[in-house]
Amino acid sequence: MEELKNENVVLSGDQAGEQQYLTFIMSGEEYGVDILAVQEIRGWEEPTLIPNSPGYIRGVINLRGTIVPIMDLRLRFGLREAGYTATTVVIILKFDGNNGERVMGIVVDAVSDVYTIADEDTRKPPELTEDDNSDFIKGLVNVNEKMVILLDVEELLRLNTDFVQESFTQSEQ
Amino acid sequence: MSVDLSQFHQVFFEESFEGLDVMESELLEMDPADVDDETVNNIFRAAHSIKGGAGTFGFMPISEFTHVVETLLDEIRGGKREMQAEYVDLFLQSVDCIRGMLTDMQGGNEPESARPAELRGQFERILGMEPAERSEVPEETAGDDAGGWLINVKPHPGLLMTGNEPFRMFREVRDLVGEEHFFAEADVSQVPEFTSLSPEECVLTWTLRVTKNVPLDDIKVIFEWVEDDCDLEYLPLGGDTDVASVSEEPEPELASAAPVIATPAKAAPADKAQKTQKKPSAEGSSIRVSIDKVDSLINMVGELVITQSMLGQLGQEFDLSRLAKLREGLSQLEQNTRELQESVMKIRMMPISFAFSRFPRLVRDLGNQLGKKVLLETIGEQTELDKTVMEKISDPLVHLVRNSMDHGLETTEKRIAAGKSEEGTITLNAYHQGGNIVIEIADDGAGLNEDKILQKAVEKGLVPESTHLTPEEIHQLIFLPGFSTADAVSDISGRGVGMDVVRRNIQALNGTIEVKSHRGVGSTFTIRLPLTLAILDGQLVKVCNETYIFPLVSIVESIQIQPSALNHVTGSQYVMQLRDEYIPIVRLDTIFGLREKDDHNEEMMLVVVEGDNEKIGIVVDDLLGQQQVVIKSLEQNYRKVSGISGATILGDGTVALIIDISSIGRNIVPVKRHQTRSERAA
Repeated sequence: MEELKNENVVLSGDQAGEQQYLTFIMSGEEYGVDILAVQEIRGWEEPTLIPNSPGYIRGVINLRGTIVPIMDLRLRFGLREAGYTATTVVIILKFDGNNGERVMGIVVDAVSDVYTIADEDTRKPPELTEDDNSDFIKGLVNVNEKMVILLDVEELLRLNTDFVQESFTQSEQ
Repeated sequence: MSVDLSQFHQVFFEESFEGLDVMESELLEMDPADVDDETVNNIFRAAHSIKGGAGTFGFMPISEFTHVVETLLDEIRGGKREMQAEYVDLFLQSVDCIRGMLTDMQGGNEPESARPAELRGQFERILGMEPAERSEVPEETAGDDAGGWLINVKPHPGLLMTGNEPFRMFREVRDLVGEEHFFAEADVSQVPEFTSLSPEECVLTWTLRVTKNVPLDDIKVIFEWVEDDCDLEYLPLGGDTDVASVSEEPEPELASAAPVIATPAKAAPADKAQKTQKKPSAEGSSIRVSIDKVDSLINMVGELVITQSMLGQLGQEFDLSRLAKLREGLSQLEQNTRELQESVMKIRMMPISFAFSRFPRLVRDLGNQLGKKVLLETIGEQTELDKTVMEKISDPLVHLVRNSMDHGLETTEKRIAAGKSEEGTITLNAYHQGGNIVIEIADDGAGLNEDKILQKAVEKGLVPESTHLTPEEIHQLIFLPGFSTADAVSDISGRGVGMDVVRRNIQALNGTIEVKSHRGVGSTFTIRLPLTLAILDGQLVKVCNETYIFPLVSIVESIQIQPSALNHVTGSQYVMQLRDEYIPIVRLDTIFGLREKDDHNEEMMLVVVEGDNEKIGIVVDDLLGQQQVVIKSLEQNYRKVSGISGATILGDGTVALIIDISSIGRNIVPVKRHQTRSERAA
C-alpha cells in the first residue's frame, strides 16, 4: 500500500519521469503493468468456480487466507483460450480501490521482463471505437524495436456495471 | 507544556456514556419514596465525573448543564431535599439530554442548546425553591448578593504534578457564581528568586471571594479532587453591608491579579472548541476486555510457542521411531489452536446485559404512555455473545418488547377482569444452548388471537379464504410482510412492517425466531442465534466436483431421492411431495450453471432447508462431512454473488463457497437453461 502511494506521488508530480513496468507475453504480444501494482507472481492452480460469473473470471483462490479472484486475461481480451499448463503464470495485482485495497490475479502465458520506461516515450493508443478492450490500455511504447502495450491496472481490475448486469441476466434467463 | 487532550476525547466519551448508563439504571431502580443513600451517591458520582471530564476537555455546554443536575443531586445526597418522582423524571430527561450533547460533540458538532436550556430552567426553578426545612432562614435565601464565601486556597507544592490546574477550578467557581460575583487574588509573596524557581512547583496561594450566596457544598465539590493536595479554608462572608464594602474596594488591586486568571480561562474554551471541530470523529469502536481474558490468552500463546518449538525440534531429527511423539505433538497443537480460537472469540463476547440494559427505561416510558403497569424481569444477563451480534440484535429485541407491551399485555382493567394480577410481566431470558444463544421474550398477556390473525391475513390476501390452519400455522402468519393486527396505527406499533423485518434481521444473523402462544396465558418469542458471526457450523456438500457449504442451522433434513420423484410444474420448475406438503426444488448444478447436460439420472441427495419461512429442497450430488468454517468475505476483492453468502478455506487450502439459503429461496425463478462455462468461454 505504501508503495502504491509512492506511485501516486510520482504520477501527480510534474516530473513524473520514469516508471518500471513488468511485462508479460500473451499470444505473442508483450503487455506491461506498473511494477508497483504487482504483489507477487504465482504458478497456476485450479481455482474454485464462482457461479454465474463471466467466463473470464476463472474463480477464486486462497492466497494465505484471503479470497482472491482469478481473471484469465486471454478471455478478457477476447483471445483464444490456451489451456493451463505447468508454466502458466498468475500475476497477483493490487490497487487502492474505493472500498480499500483490492487484490486480483491475472492469468498470462509467461512473464517476460522488467523495463524502465520514461513517460514521454509512451504513445497514446490509437482510437479504436469498436473495441471495448481499449479502455484499459494506458499507452504504447517501443522497447528495443518491439511494441509493448501498457495496461491500466485499475481499469483492468474494475468490475464494471455491465458485468454485474450481465451476470444477473444470465441467472434469470 | 501542552498536551493534546483530543487524544483522550474518545475515552472521555466512552466513560461518559457508561456513566450515563449507570445513572439511568440507578434512577430506574430507585423508589423515590425510599431512597437508598448509596444509589444517590452512585448517580452523583457518575454525574460528577462527567462534569469534571467535560470541564477538563473544554466541553463547556456539557459541564455547565451537568453542573445544575449535580447541584440538585448533591442537595438530595446531603439530605437537604427529598427525592421526588418529579425529580426522577427530570433526571432521566437530563440523562437523555447529556447523551444527545455527547453524541453531537463526538461527531464534532455543536450540541443543540434549546433542550439543555429548557431543562436547566427547570432545575434552576427547583433549586431556586429552597427546601422546606431551610425556608425558615430567610436571610440566606433573600437575595443574590447576600452572604458569600471567602476561600483561601493554599496548594501544596506538588499540586501541579498531580495534573490539577488551579485555573480550571477557579474558572468553575466563577462560572458557578457569575463573573460579577467572583474575585480572585493571588499571593505572590512566596515566589522565590527566578534562578531558584522550579516551574513544576506551585508557589502561589489564592484568596477567592465569592459574593453570592451559593451552597458551600457546590464550591467544595469543585475542589473535591484536590482536597488532599491543597490547604482549603472556607470562611463565610458577612451580611449585606460587609459585602458591599468589600466588593467595592478590591477592584483596583484585583486589576493586577485578575487578568492573570481571567485571560487563560477565557481563551482556553475557544481554543479547545476549535480543536474539537477540526478533528473528525475518529470513531474506532473499541471493546473493554477484562485482564483475565487477556491473561488467559497470553498463557495459551505461551503454550502454543512451546508446542511449536517441540514440533520444530522433532522435525529436525525425525525418524520413524518418533512417530508417536509427532502424533502427540500434533494433537497438542490442535488442542492449543482450539483453545486459542475460543479465547480470541471470547474477547469479542460481551454479556447480554448491554442489550438488556435499555429495556427498563423503555418499558417504563412505554408503560406510562400506554397506561399499563408492567414489570420487567431479566434473567441470564451474564450470558455472553459476540459484540457484532449484540449490536444487530438490539433493534429486533426492542421491537419485540414494544410489541409485547402494545399487543401482548392487556390493559389493567382487562387484566383484572381476566383474574390476572394488575401488573403485566415481560420476561427477558437469555441462555446458551449448544453453541447458540437463546433469547426469550415472554409476556403474560392475552396471547395471540388466532381468529383475528387469520381474519386479517385473509383480508389482506395473505392466505386464501377457506384455508384451515393449525394454531401454530396461524402464529407463523404474523411474520409475513405487511401483516398487522393492530386496529389503529400508533407510534408504538401497528404499521405492519414489524415482525417480518425482525425475522429477516435475525435470519441475516443466521438465527431463527419462533413464537409460542396460548390464549389468555401469554406469548413467548424465542430467538436462537449463533454465538458469533465469524464462524459457522457448516454441512459440506458436493455438486459436480465443487464443494459448497450449507449453514447447518438452516438444514431441516437430508434425504435420498430418485429423479423420478421430482414433478415438473411450469417449464423447468420442479416440486416434490415431501410427506404432506409440496416443496419447490432447486437444482444447485442448474442454477449455478455447472452441468452441461441434464444427464443426472442416478440417485441424488435432497437437502431440505428452511429460509424465509419457506422450505425448499436443494438437490446436490453428495453429502460430505460437517465442520466449523471461518467465514471469509468474497466481496472484498470481488463482489456480491447471488446465492452465495461468503467463502471459506477448507482443510486442504482450497476455497469453498457458502450458500446463502434465503437468497436462493427468493430467486426460485424458472431456470430454463443455463449458459454453461464452456459456452461462455467460447
